[in-house]
Amino acid sequence: MKPRTVDKIATGIIMAVAGFIILLLAGFLSYIIIRGFGHISFDFLTSPPQTFREGGGIGPQLFNSLFLLVLTMIITIPLGLGAGIYMSEYAKPGRLTDFIRLTVEVLSSFPSIVVGLFGLLVFVNVFEFGFSLFSGALALTVFNLPLMVRITEQGLRSVPREQKEASLALGISKWKTITSVMLPMAVPVILTGTILASGRVFGEAAALLFTAGMSSPRLDFTNWNPLDPTSPLNPFRPAETLAVHIWKINSEGVAPDAREIAAGASAVLVMTVLSFNLIARWLGRMVYRKFTSSR
Amino acid sequence: MARSVEREKRSKHLVEEWVGRVYTLICVGLLVLTIFSMVYFVASKGLSTFFRDGVNPIDLFTGVKWAPESEPPLFGALPFIVGSFSTSILAALIAAPLGFCAAVFIVELMPKFGRKVLQPVIELLAGIPSVVYGFVGLSVIVPFFRDIFPGQGLGLAAGGVVLSIMILPTITTIATDALAALPSGLKEGSYALGSTRWQTIYRIVLPTTLPALLTGIVLGIARAFGEALAVQMVIGNAPHIPRSLFESASTLTSAITLSMGNTIMGTAHNNALWTLALILLTMTFVFVFIVRWLERRSKV
Amino acid sequence: MQDVGLKAKNLSVFYGEKQAVKDISLDFNARQVTALIGPSGCGKSTFLRSLNRMNDLIPGAKITGEVWIGDQNILSPRTDVVLLRQKIGMVWQRPNPFHKSIYENIAFGPRYHGIRDKKKLDEIVEQSLRKAALWEETKDRLHKSALALSGGQQQRLCIARSIAVRPDIILMDEPASALDPVSTAKIEELIAELKQEYCIIIVTHNMHQAARVSDRTAFFLMGELVEFDQTDKMFTNPANQQTSDYISGRFG
Repeated sequence: MKPRTVDKIATGIIMAVAGFIILLLAGFLSYIIIRGFGHISFDFLTSPPQTFREGGGIGPQLFNSLFLLVLTMIITIPLGLGAGIYMSEYAKPGRLTDFIRLTVEVLSSFPSIVVGLFGLLVFVNVFEFGFSLFSGALALTVFNLPLMVRITEQGLRSVPREQKEASLALGISKWKTITSVMLPMAVPVILTGTILASGRVFGEAAALLFTAGMSSPRLDFTNWNPLDPTSPLNPFRPAETLAVHIWKINSEGVAPDAREIAAGASAVLVMTVLSFNLIARWLGRMVYRKFTSSR
Repeated sequence: MARSVEREKRSKHLVEEWVGRVYTLICVGLLVLTIFSMVYFVASKGLSTFFRDGVNPIDLFTGVKWAPESEPPLFGALPFIVGSFSTSILAALIAAPLGFCAAVFIVELMPKFGRKVLQPVIELLAGIPSVVYGFVGLSVIVPFFRDIFPGQGLGLAAGGVVLSIMILPTITTIATDALAALPSGLKEGSYALGSTRWQTIYRIVLPTTLPALLTGIVLGIARAFGEALAVQMVIGNAPHIPRSLFESASTLTSAITLSMGNTIMGTAHNNALWTLALILLTMTFVFVFIVRWLERRSKV
Repeated sequence: MQDVGLKAKNLSVFYGEKQAVKDISLDFNARQVTALIGPSGCGKSTFLRSLNRMNDLIPGAKITGEVWIGDQNILSPRTDVVLLRQKIGMVWQRPNPFHKSIYENIAFGPRYHGIRDKKKLDEIVEQSLRKAALWEETKDRLHKSALALSGGQQQRLCIARSIAVRPDIILMDEPASALDPVSTAKIEELIAELKQEYCIIIVTHNMHQAARVSDRTAFFLMGELVEFDQTDKMFTNPANQQTSDYISGRFG
C-alpha cells in the first residue's frame, strides 16, 4: 500500500476513535444525569432513606458527605500546608528529601481500600474512635494528604523568587516571609487544587466503608449539640455518606425503588463533583487573567 | 536599655523561625510516620496468616480454592490474584490504544477542538467517583453483556471495561503531555524528508515517547489494580478462576470489600483478608518503582 | 547618622565547582556611591548578593573570605542574617513590589520590626515616599495596588520600601536597566540625593551611568577585580589596559 493511503486510513481511524470517545463520554455523563434527574426533588434530597418501602431519600447521607468533607479539610489543610511548606522551603536537596518524596509518592498511590483498612485498624480499633465521622475524616486525610502537599509545593514554587528575596532583604524572617508574602501569592494555585481535591474526597467510598461505617443513626436535625449522640454535628457517630449509600443500595438494597434511588444519588454526586471541577477551572482562569493583565 | 530592646527583638524572630521550622517538621514527620505505620500494621496483620495460623505461603499463592469457613479452611488466593491482574491488564489493553489515539487527536490532528473540548471532558472523567462507575457498569454494561454473551454479564469483561473508562484519563493526560513536549524540530525533520503524518507518528513520535506512554499505562494499571468498589459491583464475586471473560470472578479488592465487615478481627479468615491487603500494598511499591524506572529512562 | 561602611576581604564565591568571584578585597565608604562595572557574567552581581548573604538562598553556593561592617564579620555563621539584612537594603533589576497596596509595601518592614503605632507608621510611609520622590504621585492612592504603578514608579517604590526599615547600606543591582530614559534619570537623581545618608553600592553595565552617579568605580572581569579607583580618574585615565578597552567600548 502507498504511504499516502496508509496515512489516510490511520487518520481516519484516529478520528473515528476520538469521535467514539467523545460519544462515549457524552453518553456516560448524560446517562447518569438524565437517568437520575427525574428522581431528584426537594423531598428526595431532604428525607431519610427507607429500608423496605418506596420513597426513601438521601437527606442524612448528603449531610454526612458535606460534614465529613468539612471535617476532613479542617484536618488536612493545616497538615498539608505545613508539609508542603517544608518540602518547598526547608528541605535541603539530599538523600533524606529524596526519601520523603518517595514516601509521599507511595502514599498517594496506595489503594483507597487499603487506606480504609488502615483506618479500621488504627483509628477505629487502636484509638477507639469507633465507626465514626472522625475516623472517616482521619482516613480521608491520609488519602488526601499527599495531594495537598503536592498542591502546596506547586503553589509556593509559582511565587517569583524576587518576591521572596525582597521580603528577606527587608530583614523579615523566613517564616514571616513564607506566611505573609509567599502564601498569599500562592493562594490561587492552592485554592484551585484544594477544590479539586475536595471533589475527590466527596466521592470517595472505599476508604470509608470500614471507618465512617455503613449506617447512620436516626438524626435529630433540631438538635445542634455536638456532644449528643443523635445530633448531626456529633463527630463521634457513625455516618454513611452518599457514595457509600450508592454502593450499599446497589449491592444489597431491598427497597423496591433501589435502582431509582441509586440513579438519583449518583446524579447528585456527579453534579456536585462536576460543579467543584467547574468552580476550580473558572477560578483558575480568573486568577490567570488577573495575573497576566497586571503583569 | 537600647541593648535589651535589641535583644528582645532578636529573640522574637528567632522564636518565630523556630516555630515555623518545628511546625513544618512535625507535619512532614506525621506524613512519614503514617506511611511507616501503615506498612507495619498491614504487614504484621497480613503476615500472621503464615506465622500464627500456619498457612503455607506456597499454598496461599498457588491454591485455587478459597474456603475459609470449611473444615479444614482453605486459603488459596490465586483466583483473586488472577482476577486482579486480568481485569487491570484487560483495562489497560482497552484504554491504552484509545488514550494514544485521543492524545494524537489532541496534539496533532485538531489541537483547537481537542484542547478545548476533548481534553477537559476526559479530565472531568478522572473526578467521577468510582461508585458511579460501578453503578453505570451495573445498569448498562452488565445487561448489555448479558444480552449478547452467554452468562449473567457479570465477570472479568465487565470489570475490565469499567476500569478501562476509569483509567482512560490517566493514560490520555500523560500521553498528551509526552506528545506535546516533543521538540518540534524532530517532527519537522521527518516531514521535510517527505514522510506522511502517520509515518512520522509511527517512526519518530511513537518510539521517542514510548517510555512516557508506558509510564501512563503502568499508572493506569496501578489505579485499576487498587480500585475496589466499581469492580466489586460488576465482577460477580465468585471465588474461583473463571473459564471465560463473562463468568463471575473476584479480585483482591473485591474479596476484601465483601468479607472484611463480616469476619471477626484476629480469626484466621480475617487475617487472610489482611494478607490480600498486604499483596495489594506490595504491588503498589512494585508499580511505584516501575514508574520511577520508566521516568528515569524517559529523561535520558 | 554614623559612618557605616563595608569592607570585603578576600571574598570568593563558588557555585559548585565554578568560582564566580575570585578573592576580591574592596572597601566601601559611607555617604558615597560605589559602582561595580564589568561585562555580564563577570561576577559583579554575585559579589553584590554576597554582601547581604542573599546568595545563601542558592543551593550549592559557597562563600569564603570576610565582610566587615564595623567590628562584625557578616559572613560568620554566628551572624543573624535577619538583623543583618535590616541594615542592608536591596533593590533589584526588575521592580518587584509586593502584591499589596502602596502603603502596605512600605509599612510591611517597619511593622515587622516592631512599630505598631498607626501614626508612626503613617509618618514612616510618608517620609520614605518623599525620600524616594514618589509622595506627590501616590499620596492620593496609598491604599491602591502597587502593581498599578508604572515601571519607574514601582522601582522608586522599591527604593522607598528598602529605606523604610532604616538601613545603613543600600545595594542596587542594575536598578535602571529595565526602565525608560526618563525613569532612569529620576532614579539617578534619587541616588545622588540618597548618598548624603547612605553607603550605596550599585551594579551597572551602563558606563555612562557609572560615570554620572558614582564616586568610585570597581571594574570586574571574569570574577576578578581589575581596577578600583576614583570614578573621575578611572574614566579619564585608567591604569589598566583592559579597563581602558572596556570603558571605550571595545568589548563587553
